[in-house]
Amino acid sequence: MSAAHAMQSELPLLEVRDLTMRFGGLTAVDRLTFAAHSGAITALIGPNGAGKTTVFNCITGFYRPTSGAIVIERGDETYRLDRLAGHRIARDAGVARTFQNIRLFPNMTVLENLLVAQHARLMRASAFSLAGLLGLRRYRDAEEAGIALARSWLERLDLVQYADRDCGTLAYGLQRKIEIARAMCTQPALLCLDEPAAGLNPRETTELSRLIISIRDEFGIGILLIEHDMSLVMGISDRIVVLDHGARISEGTPAEVRSDPAVIRAYLGEDDTANGEGGR
Amino acid sequence: MAPQASSISAALREASLAAAVALVLALPLAGVRLPSGAAEPLAFRPWWVVAAVLAVFVGRFLIALHISTRRPRAFAAPPLFDRALGAMTPWRRWIFAGFIVAVALLPLMPFADRRMIDLGSLVLIYVMLGWGLNIVVGLAGLLDLGYVAFYAVGAYSYTLLAIHFDLNFWESLPLAGAFAALFGVLLGFPVLRLRGDYLAIVTLGFGEMIRIVLINWSDLTGGSEGISSIPAPTLFGLSFTANPAAGETAFHQFFGIPFAGVHKLIFLYYLILALALLTHVFSMRIRRLPVGRAWEALREDEIASRALGLNPVMVKLSAFGIGAMFAGFAGAFFATRQGFINPSSFTFIESAIILAIVVLGGMGSQMGVVCAALVLVLLPELARDLAGFRMLLFGAAMVAIMVWRPRGLLSHREPSVRLGDRAGGAP
Repeated sequence: MSAAHAMQSELPLLEVRDLTMRFGGLTAVDRLTFAAHSGAITALIGPNGAGKTTVFNCITGFYRPTSGAIVIERGDETYRLDRLAGHRIARDAGVARTFQNIRLFPNMTVLENLLVAQHARLMRASAFSLAGLLGLRRYRDAEEAGIALARSWLERLDLVQYADRDCGTLAYGLQRKIEIARAMCTQPALLCLDEPAAGLNPRETTELSRLIISIRDEFGIGILLIEHDMSLVMGISDRIVVLDHGARISEGTPAEVRSDPAVIRAYLGEDDTANGEGGR
Repeated sequence: MAPQASSISAALREASLAAAVALVLALPLAGVRLPSGAAEPLAFRPWWVVAAVLAVFVGRFLIALHISTRRPRAFAAPPLFDRALGAMTPWRRWIFAGFIVAVALLPLMPFADRRMIDLGSLVLIYVMLGWGLNIVVGLAGLLDLGYVAFYAVGAYSYTLLAIHFDLNFWESLPLAGAFAALFGVLLGFPVLRLRGDYLAIVTLGFGEMIRIVLINWSDLTGGSEGISSIPAPTLFGLSFTANPAAGETAFHQFFGIPFAGVHKLIFLYYLILALALLTHVFSMRIRRLPVGRAWEALREDEIASRALGLNPVMVKLSAFGIGAMFAGFAGAFFATRQGFINPSSFTFIESAIILAIVVLGGMGSQMGVVCAALVLVLLPELARDLAGFRMLLFGAAMVAIMVWRPRGLLSHREPSVRLGDRAGGAP
């Protein structure tokens, strides 16, 4: 894993520092600190209810953290995601995400979904619709480029024949792939995948892991992954962060994490009756 | 390549449909000979109609056969891409073009009397309002029950500008649209976080607020008495009065024809037709632009839209603003057509009818709006003889549509862009 070696020397792309998220009396995320690098796959794992999706929602701007900082370094710019408006996290900071329960636009075609993802660029090219309404060359060229980008993703995922079909009518496995393609069409710096293998069969899961690795190697972007399928996580991750009850209990390479007693305890519930009850 | 059985039957089907359109058009156009004198009766020429229909049938059949044998079927299937009319199948484009021609020729038909032309422009007002509201409800998915408020803003803007600032119709029209759009954005701000039922309630309240302000601000709006003697529009400075003021030329003087009251009605008919078509072309074009796709994306899933970098505030405000602008244009036309406005023209029932037109027509469907406007506006007018049963019939028609076509008369959604149309399209 050459990418994994390269990342050690670089500054992190995403830094989460002392992130805390409380819902009323419940602390879902408790002073969590970790980093994700460009050109690396960072997995966030933990038992159900460990706070993984909450972390995701904080990073992608759906929740405002109670305290702590989330920082993206993109080019020369630094973005504080914990303060940025939701749509600017995707548009300016370059954070794209997929959803645990797929959120495509069901009554729009696959191609339209991929074009909506390029909204910011196309909107600028259309001069906020004026150039577009007049059918000026400058917008037509931008639209052709947008369609070409969408087409390149459809070809890569072998989905060209579905381009003009409504997303809602397609099989679940295809929808998962389209959602990743749509996120990639925003040309992100960090791609956040929320349980991308949920509901996929083993063959589709293998295909998915190949896709994620190829995105990392080809685009050199950072990938943040939440997943329950341990074979997928262990097979493709460069780094794994393990959460339990909102706190980080372990971090390291797949091999390190697998042999960490704290992780085994959290997953298998060893000594749960003796220690666990007091901790809650 | 020899034509195959499937392409022949497809061409036959296409030709029959073209022939049907031709029949509709030929009946009034070729089938009736205009009398040269008033005393002479209308002469019917059935053979002319037969000849026209046959010619269209054969011609269309040959063209269709030619196209289907030249191109493989897989390419014939996706609709042609046309920049002016939007993505339509050849079928629907034929029907649409025939429809436009029929609508454009209506006032010139021998059977068109004053009442029919007047009714036609009334239907067209509702078609235009339906198309405008379609942007807000059909595309952006924002349920707006107070659309009539923007219609009122447009009507009063034109009236007040014309009376106090002496602006003519063409000068005030863009201003009326701009004022209505401004009110649309103003309404948009407080309701940004609302969706569905809650949004409907607030917009309903907004519609009533505008009406009540119009009633109570008597100094400006004349209260419930309204404002009368609103100036009529002119055609490049030509007015439609029998005795124009000094220094003005009237339409009939300019063309040296005798004065007829129906000229003004015909002019108004074409005016609203042009405004409605402007609305149509605008919405067909904007649907295929990033902002149009953003409206639809927001309707489908606001959370996913935000995750893709769409700013929900801008997307919603632009939908409210542009939808309101067209209501403002329609309102200005309404004021100039009536020559008199008062707040009772802008009650909630108007909003309800416009919304019903959009919903019954099939949300987002342009032709559906036309069909629904025809049904909802013409039915109560034509059924006036039934007196008390009129509204009963109206209600029954709405229930019938909802039972048989629960998603609207024409609910098919045409994609805004297709990969299949491009060079080296779908495999």
